[in-house]
Amino acid sequence: MKAKIEFTLNGKDVSVELEESKKLLWVLRTHFNLTGTKYGCGEGYCGACTVLINNSATRSCATTIGEVAGKNVITIEGLAQGEKLHPVQQAFADHDALQCGYCTPGMIMNAVGLLNDQPKPSREDIILGMEDNLCRCGAHNRILDAIEAAANEMQNGK
Amino acid sequence: MDKSKDIQDYIEGHTPTNTIKRRNFIRLLGGGIYVFFHAGAALKLMAAEADQRRLPDDFNAFLRIHENGKVSCYTGKIEMGQGANTGLAMMLADELDVAYENVEMVMGDTDLCPWDMGTFGSLTTRMFGPSMLAAAAEARTVLLELAAEKLGTDVDNLDVKKGVVFNRQDQSEKITYAQLTNGQRIERVAKNESTVKDYSKYKIMGKPKFRADSLEKVTGKAKYSGDMRLPGMLYARLLRPPSHGAKLISVDTAEAEKVEGVQIVRDGDLVAALHKDPEMAEKARDLFRAKFEEADKPVSNDNLFDYLNERAPEGNVNINEGDLSKGEELATSVFNNEFHDGYVAHSPMEPHTAMAYFDGDKMTVWAGTQTPFPAQSNIARILGMEEDKVRVKPPYLGGGFGGKSDHGQAVEAAKLAKLTGKPIMVDWSREEEFFYDTFRPAAIVKINSGIDDAGKINFWDYHVYYAGDRGSETLYDVPHQKRTVYGRGWTAPGIHPFDTGAWRGPGNSTNTFARETQVDIMAAKAGIDPVEFRLKNLKDQRAIDVLEAVAEMADWKPGQSPSGRGFGVAIGSDAGTYVAHIAKVDVNKETGEVKVLKVWVAQEMGFCVNPQGATIQMEGCINMGLGYSLKEFIEFEGGKVKTKNFDTYEIPRFSWIPEMETKILQRNAPPQGGGEPAIVCMGAVIGNAIYDQTGARLLEMAMTPAKVIQALKNV
Repeated sequence: MKAKIEFTLNGKDVSVELEESKKLLWVLRTHFNLTGTKYGCGEGYCGACTVLINNSATRSCATTIGEVAGKNVITIEGLAQGEKLHPVQQAFADHDALQCGYCTPGMIMNAVGLLNDQPKPSREDIILGMEDNLCRCGAHNRILDAIEAAANEMQNGK
Repeated sequence: MDKSKDIQDYIEGHTPTNTIKRRNFIRLLGGGIYVFFHAGAALKLMAAEADQRRLPDDFNAFLRIHENGKVSCYTGKIEMGQGANTGLAMMLADELDVAYENVEMVMGDTDLCPWDMGTFGSLTTRMFGPSMLAAAAEARTVLLELAAEKLGTDVDNLDVKKGVVFNRQDQSEKITYAQLTNGQRIERVAKNESTVKDYSKYKIMGKPKFRADSLEKVTGKAKYSGDMRLPGMLYARLLRPPSHGAKLISVDTAEAEKVEGVQIVRDGDLVAALHKDPEMAEKARDLFRAKFEEADKPVSNDNLFDYLNERAPEGNVNINEGDLSKGEELATSVFNNEFHDGYVAHSPMEPHTAMAYFDGDKMTVWAGTQTPFPAQSNIARILGMEEDKVRVKPPYLGGGFGGKSDHGQAVEAAKLAKLTGKPIMVDWSREEEFFYDTFRPAAIVKINSGIDDAGKINFWDYHVYYAGDRGSETLYDVPHQKRTVYGRGWTAPGIHPFDTGAWRGPGNSTNTFARETQVDIMAAKAGIDPVEFRLKNLKDQRAIDVLEAVAEMADWKPGQSPSGRGFGVAIGSDAGTYVAHIAKVDVNKETGEVKVLKVWVAQEMGFCVNPQGATIQMEGCINMGLGYSLKEFIEFEGGKVKTKNFDTYEIPRFSWIPEMETKILQRNAPPQGGGEPAIVCMGAVIGNAIYDQTGARLLEMAMTPAKVIQALKNV
């Protein structure tokens, strides 16, 4: 059964008529053509599809479109303010914290979610918070450095 | 056939549909200075060995100085995260004396770029690089000759800075590359006669440069194959066999056909549900009722190494020096060991994906592949098309590691696109990725070796099965040695229950694990510090240099192993590069879990083009090496791959990652490979560190907690 589902996507009110059981990942990638959110495993193990739902990092492959009704969804495409990158995006670039870049959107969204929950995380907090996001190229330590730097930047910016 | 204008517009750069030979096509590119070059005789040889299509005789890459002074290099190489786009642009800018920002690498598009066999083997910098430098030197010579003419002076008086040619005596006499190129159409074939600069003269190379594609990648704008969008495109979900070797007996698609909007396609064993909505395509595919006859393959994780030993192929002796029996007579201690290595997956974060569109005449395939030109040939052959009617365009690749040398998904997409006339996306699921991956082969190494009372290795009898000979060099100075290689490379048709292939530094991690563990066993028995024992037996200066460097970095404290401290050492060589590793581990004797606390690596790779890129490759190698060393192995039963996702296949996570210290020993010699060398020592350096802490010796990877516990019982 199709239903009308309204939610906020990257700051805009949107409305779709879809079966509620559809996965958010595929709705984002096909219906909205927001391809920055990646398929990696389809079962929530790898984190490549991470988006923010009401500011919380969430696996879009394990979330149905019905579940986001009335909520605020942010994808990697909605993170920068115009030309100005989000501090986490900027820090990833500044630390060369990526190689193939396929896990990067999910890493960044998960890190933003982590910093929303814990604005002053310890290195250990960051490791724990990022543990279930997988990267095969091996940029891990640079990613941790980038998130630490972004956390400091965001603290100082306030 | 509907040739929608939208689609034609989307396929930017789409070449006219009449047959255009490459040379003619290049003619269409417009003005400027072109230098065509051949990327190395060695590549040609390798292509011939691999039974690949013959390399074109004239050239297989070219560079172009545009009329606006910008520089492009067209090459069949691809970017998969390794940073080739950055490193090659640095080389080109440096040799030509133009700003790095003005250089563009056009990579992998089979219509725009000359033929290349693929991106693997750490060949891009060391084989392609020097040829590109020579072509750049040629282009620079042409530009200087033009400038001399325009400025009315001699070439010898001229110098170049950032694309501006000037007279050394009077710097106001100058002219830009853009001015020189404007209105020109000069074609040259590089004859490798122009001298490239001395390494000490390079200004861009040798200094760290951050990767060129970060901005696209942190904003989600970078396009991978799965991100391609065409009007009317359909997602394909294919019928898959339950195991490798299974034969399709029958399939009933009646229920699947009832799914609204679905199109079912069958062509022999290829049965697919197509739908504009990927979830609907999957739903329909799951309604296929198929019967398969499975093949009987009497092998599983339980009997793997017995099975492989029983079926050992013919051996080829490729080193035989001195006299083994004489060496054995002189030895005072003899060591006979067998080493094992299981099947390992590539697991790039992006599974194999391709989108294909056939416009009735020409096939265009966007594919995440390390081998666009072989993919083009295979698609043409399988579909009975002319090669120049097939265009393969690799967008960004979400990791390759050797696994995307195989391009089955591109063939599937092209077949379906030809059958339907619609744009088709074939994006493998993670389960399909594990099923169709060409695993690193399970392998066996047997070494019989001996030392004398002074701790000198006096004989070395080495046998490697199924891994190939890469990295099997003895490295040490041994008077009596023999090496026998069983099977060719990384494939052994009819023996492995599924496909195997090249996995980052193919064979070398297996060979280095065996050699460096055996050497460590001998050092321990001799009661000699493992670094000292290695130095005592090395004559190869490059190996000595990296080993001494890493020992200094780690502040190595000499002592007999096991010392209880948990430090291990290993050395290796791959792709013309030397590496030495030291690791510090902490073994939990209750659980068998091994935590790698720190890894030091010294690497000597000739002249290092981009220290930043090379360092990141070393870090990536350390990370990826933790997986095959400690946790990764494929679970299987005959042709059935039981490993399906990351819940059971454990690749390295944030909490595993050690502190790292890396050092590149810069040397003014031709650049060597950097994408693979630092991974080859990881098994041995961790195994040797486990031994140093606990006295437990592991001869089989992955060194899982269960195997560590078992080894601890044998201490």
